[in-house]
Amino acid sequence: MFDDRSPIYRQIADRIKADVANGTLSPDEQVMSTNQYASFYAINPATAAKAFAQLVDEGVLYKRRGVGMFVSPGAREALVSDKRTKYFDAVLGPALDEAEAIGIDPKDIFEFLAARTKRDPK
Amino acid sequence: MTPTLSLDTVTHRYGDTLALDDVSLTLSNPGIHGLLGRNGSGKTTLMSLVAGLRKASRGAITLDGQPVYENFAATSQICIIRESGDTTSEWTETINDGLTLARDMRPYWDDAYANRLLDRFQLSKKHKVNALSRGQRAKFACLLGLAARAPLTMFDESYLGMDAPTRYDFYDALLEDFMAHPRLILVSSHHIEEIAKLFEEVIIIEDGRVMLHESADALRGRGLTLTGPAAAVDAIAAGANVLSEKTLGSTKMVALYDVAPDLEERARAAGLETALLPIQDIFVHLTAKRGKD
Repeated sequence: MFDDRSPIYRQIADRIKADVANGTLSPDEQVMSTNQYASFYAINPATAAKAFAQLVDEGVLYKRRGVGMFVSPGAREALVSDKRTKYFDAVLGPALDEAEAIGIDPKDIFEFLAARTKRDPK
Repeated sequence: MTPTLSLDTVTHRYGDTLALDDVSLTLSNPGIHGLLGRNGSGKTTLMSLVAGLRKASRGAITLDGQPVYENFAATSQICIIRESGDTTSEWTETINDGLTLARDMRPYWDDAYANRLLDRFQLSKKHKVNALSRGQRAKFACLLGLAARAPLTMFDESYLGMDAPTRYDFYDALLEDFMAHPRLILVSSHHIEEIAKLFEEVIIIEDGRVMLHESADALRGRGLTLTGPAAAVDAIAAGANVLSEKTLGSTKMVALYDVAPDLEERARAAGLETALLPIQDIFVHLTAKRGKD
């Protein structure tokens, strides 16, 4: 369920962020409680609470006292825009490094891109 | 509901054998806390002293300021369940008799919950306790420990003898009940990898001394493995506290402990694979120096 590359609370926070970014969780939708998360993943509730605290700090979630945690209205746009900023460094850069390492001709990459853009016009 | 347990310079001897050596420890946060140690490290002695079953040779043990030894006000707040429910292995009475006894003795006993656990653990009230299998007796013992709802509850290898599905069922029950009724729960176990995710704090004892006491999340962040080309791994790991190393051809893996905060980032920048060391591995590395069973 969790890998050991980063702390569990960060992995929970990342999953919730991914759900917000891809629209699985809508603005102002309530998320599961700390205890529900703890039961589901069989983890210490303080670890789950730490993930939520981080998401509140980052403005992804907001707290309604006595009710629970909800998705902040602007969170999706902020997360998507953040991903967009990081896309070239985090995703495309390494992919192009890999292409270079295995000797793919840049011309082929341009052709691939052109074919894709034609097939799937935006 | 969560009491403060405090051990102040506690030493305990059995004849010439030093079982606990100057242990000071305070637990006051609600949580399922792990007491880890190798065989003979002093876990059971520590729990027995805390439960007031023995008097410490030296030092003070208090629960909310009350001495625990021969003090009903304190011991009524404490429940200890020992290995496979050893205290119940000679009972010729039925499970139902055991429940009746617990109802009378345990101020926070929850009878409805005990009955739900009987169903969940598939135990029958009519069974005689001494006729149960080891695994069933462990289930019954854990049931008694959970339904007692004592503000300080200790499970000392209590689920030894349970098969894996039953152990996982116990972990689920323990977590659910802890969340519904937060309290101080201390668990000693050799199945560390199974239960470590539930731990809030971890205490490691070794040779009768507290070697480490800290939050499980913090402990998990203290050990790191690096894997990659040997030269690159050596360059990043230079000067770090190396717990173990292995090589496979030109690939090397090192396990590090207490690393500098920026080491992980440097390792990733150098193209190395990094992973956090699970608590079980940290425990093994920290206590592996002895050759005891």
